[in-house]
Amino acid sequence: MSAQTIPLAVAAPLLAAAVLALVRRPVVRRAVLFGVLAALTVYYAALVATVADGTVLAVHIGGPPGGVAVTFAVDAFSALMLTATSLVTLLCAAFAVGTGDDDRHWFAPLVLILTAGVAGALSTSDLFNLFVFLEVTLVPSYVLVMMSDDRRRGPAARVYITASLLASTLFVTGVALAYGTAGTTSLAALAPAEVQAAGAVLLTALAVKAALVPVHGWLAQSYPYASPAVAAMFSALHTKVGLYAIYRIYTLMLDGEPAFGPVAVAVCVLSIAVGAFAALGQVEMRPILSFSMVSTNGYIALGAALAGPVGLAAGIFYLLNDIAIKGALFMSVGAVEHRYGTGRLSGLGGLARREPLVALAFLVPALSLAGMPPFSGFVAKFALVRAAMSEGQHYAAAIAVIAGLLTLAAMVKIWQRAFVAARDRRAPAVAGVRFALVVPALILGGVTVVLGLGGDWLLALCDTAGHGLADPTDYEKAVLGP
Amino acid sequence: MSAAVAVAILVAGGVFLVLQRGLVRLTLGFVMLTNAANLILLASGGMAQRNPPLVGVGSTENAADPLPQAFVLTAIVISFGITIFLFSLVRSGRDDDTEDDP
Repeated sequence: MSAQTIPLAVAAPLLAAAVLALVRRPVVRRAVLFGVLAALTVYYAALVATVADGTVLAVHIGGPPGGVAVTFAVDAFSALMLTATSLVTLLCAAFAVGTGDDDRHWFAPLVLILTAGVAGALSTSDLFNLFVFLEVTLVPSYVLVMMSDDRRRGPAARVYITASLLASTLFVTGVALAYGTAGTTSLAALAPAEVQAAGAVLLTALAVKAALVPVHGWLAQSYPYASPAVAAMFSALHTKVGLYAIYRIYTLMLDGEPAFGPVAVAVCVLSIAVGAFAALGQVEMRPILSFSMVSTNGYIALGAALAGPVGLAAGIFYLLNDIAIKGALFMSVGAVEHRYGTGRLSGLGGLARREPLVALAFLVPALSLAGMPPFSGFVAKFALVRAAMSEGQHYAAAIAVIAGLLTLAAMVKIWQRAFVAARDRRAPAVAGVRFALVVPALILGGVTVVLGLGGDWLLALCDTAGHGLADPTDYEKAVLGP
Repeated sequence: MSAAVAVAILVAGGVFLVLQRGLVRLTLGFVMLTNAANLILLASGGMAQRNPPLVGVGSTENAADPLPQAFVLTAIVISFGITIFLFSLVRSGRDDDTEDDP
């Protein structure tokens, strides 16, 4: 697998999007969309096999290395993230075809541009290039979030666009500060001593993007009111790319010890706690999931804050695991909302009997999210708590465990009221959820079961990724040249 | 010094406008904030370097750093596109943000 093909994987979805903007026939649109996404997933899986032993693939576009060239570098962390995000994007696109979001003729081109942005952001090694690709990810999302039948989409879109623009402006300011102090924006060439202040600005911008406390408010005000397929896609992509960037930039700033150590851990612990509590108080399904996403983003960021290879590896496993779980949860809940017209728990009921497949598609990821064995969520939480204990962060570990119980309570709340309790007899009769809508969520539920029972190979890959982040000499050698 | 003062004024005005009611004021606020970010990008190349960064034109003493200028061009284009999108939002929807408090 040659490194030269990495930029091709960014250019191909863009070209496909340009072509699809001219095409009107739905069959061709769907064929190109699924063809490109499937090809990308297979390509990135092959890339994982290539970098599994710790090699870093790097390609320079234009100009000498380490200087003015734009460098794409894929190590184990990037390859794992790329595979996970492209797989979940593929399944969310299938879900969108099922809900009818695909009927709008600009949906497929926008999703392809989104994919190109994510692919570029996860494989670049230059800060300004990361900013550009983050914008490429965000701008189609501004349009996609408007594309909803919910009456509340106007304010939701406004909040989302405003928060994302704020994050982007802060991020580019951080990039400017980094260039001003260090003279370079290459992730491999920035020295820890130079990048502390710029790194603080960058991390703040990324905390807004990843919805960590105290800048988490926009998430639960926007994701519940986008269309279900779009919300599922965003849950797997945007915040996760922000968390990936937090990992990259935070590990840059390490100088033998964690940067802003107590503050970083405090932010993560607050996110874990506040998200879990807030999820319990909501009365609709998707706000519960959105707040618990704040909580899980706190867990993932805790992996970065712990900063040793063990903590990083645990965080990376949690991140990959969470991409699958959140996609599955948003899709199963979205299938219910799409068919029953509401996400309010008081308007639903008895779904376990009427829709056993949807109930299964919800139950498996929900238990995995709460950290119940034998699912992959348990493995991820256990690894993270053990890493926290070994780094001496006992309070963080305790709160992580307690918040897991609170998340379980929130999932039981949804399960009890929407699936088990009897439906109001006066509610109008509705046809069942189509099988095609449930399949993507079931597939991701299967992934979490498989990873829970036999995920050692993934843990080993995350270990390689964590070591590659904690000790970046291989990365620097690949990017800057020997 | 003048760049720092300009950035300060732009950010102050931008933050004030972003917190106002009404999508038009929000958009104008973001125009100011992104322009402030662009100024910071330009300033990161060194404000003392004023000569054009071209070989063979003028002296290479104090030639400006071309990389921040490339960054700023990209950032300006991105912010321009987003401004157009925000204004199209203003145009398309009923602006329910400017109604009086109940």
